[in-house]
Amino acid sequence: MSDVAAKVKKIIIEHLGVDEAKVTDEASFIDDLGADSLDTVELVMAFEEEFGAEISDSEAEKILTVGDAIRFIENNSSK
Amino acid sequence: MNLINLKNKKILITGGTTGIGKSILDSFYKLQANIFTIGTNEENLKLIKKEYPDIKAHNFNLKNKDKIQELVKNVHTELGGLDVVINNAGITKDNLAIRMSDEEWSNVIDVNLTAVFLICKYSIKFMIKQNSGSIINISSIVGHTGNPGQANYSSAKGGLIAMSKSLAKEYAKKNIRINCISPGFIDTKMTQVINEEFKKKLIENIPMAKLGTGNDIANSAIFLASDLSSYITGETIHVNGGMYMA
Repeated sequence: MSDVAAKVKKIIIEHLGVDEAKVTDEASFIDDLGADSLDTVELVMAFEEEFGAEISDSEAEKILTVGDAIRFIENNSSK
Repeated sequence: MNLINLKNKKILITGGTTGIGKSILDSFYKLQANIFTIGTNEENLKLIKKEYPDIKAHNFNLKNKDKIQELVKNVHTELGGLDVVINNAGITKDNLAIRMSDEEWSNVIDVNLTAVFLICKYSIKFMIKQNSGSIINISSIVGHTGNPGQANYSSAKGGLIAMSKSLAKEYAKKNIRINCISPGFIDTKMTQVINEEFKKKLIENIPMAKLGTGNDIANSAIFLASDLSSYITGETIHVNGGMYMA
């Protein structure tokens, strides 16, 4: 697992209080990890803070799964 | 009991240079809050800077919708945080509906409703991170009762109340409270233009038989900003001398 992937998964586990085993790349925040829409906004804000990336509202709406988040950050992170 | 502790709280007050806003600004200043205010009248801004040298007072017109994100960011940076937002600024462009121009309609909706939404939107982003915040939107009695000549103003003010309830539900979990204050007839420049005859009639309809003061509104704002109201959200406080009881 890449450094980014590990950090992303750690943030998700902390914010949503879910089991590590559930946080697979395919896992959807809302359908599989029990997040509500506000949780997803907070996750995006946490990613922005951790990785120094600016994630616009339209980009954020496309981040639906754990893998989406990892890919987005790997492609856009400044750190 | 020290629930009214607003010392060093970081507070944005829109339209804090005159009228009700100035009363609010003065009250929070006396409680040693850290205040940022915006206004559009250079003279009034100068007076505020002179009277309250440590308050940050800037010229900003809320018509500039696409500058509001930057404004809120600046407020957050200059104050070093954002605990309380008081959306007080408002304009009137009264006219009978059948004579009301598109411009008179949309100017009032833009400043009194859309700009407030945008300030809430960008402030809440900061408040989510700190897991706390209080937003106070100044509505009006006419947002509940309607008023001839004010189809635009009453729509915006009524809209504020419904919007505040929706936001209150969205961010209650994050300990961000969003409430409204609906002033009745308050003695300010905005109501001084009402002709004497009409004013007399108005007062006849106020059970307490007098106009309210800016301080009456400021006192409710202090309550909603402080921990005294920590379990109150989505609510509207009517400050109108009994003129309208919800």
